Amino acid sequence: MRQKLEYLKETPSQTAGPYVHIGLAPGAAGFEIYDQELGWDIAGSNARGERIRVEGVIIDGTGSPVKDVLLEAWQANADGVYAHPEHTGVVEDGFRGWGRVITDFETGEWGFDTVKPGPVTGRDGQMMAPHINLWIVARGINVGLNTRIYFEDEAASNAADPVLNLIEWERRRATLIANRELRDGLTVYRFDIRLQGEDETVFFDI
Amino acid sequence: MTKPPQPGEFYQRDRRWHPPALSQDYKTSVTRSPQFPLISLENTASEITGPVFGHNDINTTDNDLLSNFAQPGQSPIGERIILHGRVLDENARPMPNTLVEIWQANASGRYRHKKDTYLGALDPSFGGCGRTLTDENGCYHFRTVKPGAYPWRNWVNDWRPAHIHVSVFGSGFAQRLITQLYFEGDPLIARCPIVNTIPDPEAVEMLVARLDMNATIPLDTIAYRFDIVLRGRRSTLFENRLEGN
Ligand SMILES: [Fe+3]
Repeated sequence: MRQKLEYLKETPSQTAGPYVHIGLAPGAAGFEIYDQELGWDIAGSNARGERIRVEGVIIDGTGSPVKDVLLEAWQANADGVYAHPEHTGVVEDGFRGWGRVITDFETGEWGFDTVKPGPVTGRDGQMMAPHINLWIVARGINVGLNTRIYFEDEAASNAADPVLNLIEWERRRATLIANRELRDGLTVYRFDIRLQGEDETVFFDI
Repeated sequence: MTKPPQPGEFYQRDRRWHPPALSQDYKTSVTRSPQFPLISLENTASEITGPVFGHNDINTTDNDLLSNFAQPGQSPIGERIILHGRVLDENARPMPNTLVEIWQANASGRYRHKKDTYLGALDPSFGGCGRTLTDENGCYHFRTVKPGAYPWRNWVNDWRPAHIHVSVFGSGFAQRLITQLYFEGDPLIARCPIVNTIPDPEAVEMLVARLDMNATIPLDTIAYRFDIVLRGRRSTLFENRLEGN
């Protein structure tokens, strides 16, 4: 008898479709149903580190903003620790590091408030520059897209980041760097995502 | 003292099993599909970890779509179904404490969404979303109504087969998955440009929930079974170089 490898195949992905809000952000779909929606508070009130806002818009291949996207963010705290039992270290009470936002139905703008993550130990002990992991789903996106937000003002650690350095084309690395500005005393990072075109954002197969 | 073996990185995602980003027949994908190849990344802590959910995040009644939006004593129109199954990984290990979220149209094929303008009637007793955590054996269940088919603008006369959208978290962010489940025997499945973004018919079969007579409640609710498989992980039988040198 032929030997068998009894692995299962992963359930295949399908688009989140235009009405993803009903399931994952019902308030935005236009109705109240749950006592609490998940993912609106990423860092909690006790988090150490710099309070920041991250904003952007997602542009399709025609140059138009995409207005029905759901984004999820996953990040470490200011000490570079993920709120997960398999990561060494502890996080502040209330720090979750995970968030969920949608693009505005009229403008396509999205944004969330959090704290700036610290550097995280990567493979073989190499340090990764501070970054926020993003996952993007929408109508027309068949498999959720993974990317990373890095920060403009971390030039030295970005230059040494093992993931950014995997990207052969230096000008494509720039698509992962959020631009910093100060707005009424708050640090705001701008991270526009381009799904197609010359400046297509780098997406990862993780 | 030796540390207990830690599960390692996730098996590579089989990109030929999943739909490609660009599928001409699903028109919306044409301008929303990245054209450069994805950059393949070996897992780091950023991919292996992910959000952890618990019973404080949800209510125990959130998985009952027959009652979670209806006024007391009311219930939605439509075929009453139990949707149940297990969440497993590719090693066939059950995934406990896993957040499963679903959303769907009502029995008329109408979504409770401010952007849905289909003729099908809204049902005052049906919201159309639910969520639950799998138990220690990876099992989940919902009560809901069977959704109706609905038309959509792709070609002039496209109809989505009855489907329920499903969102699942694993233990790591790399396992994050959104998919759709269909119902056994539906002739619209084979015609659907979204279903047909998936190249392999065997993969499509994984999205077809099966009528499960043994799980029905006689004279009350019919049942469908839908198992979900998330990416599996290497075990550290041999040296795991992830953290070490
Ligand atoms: Fe749908």
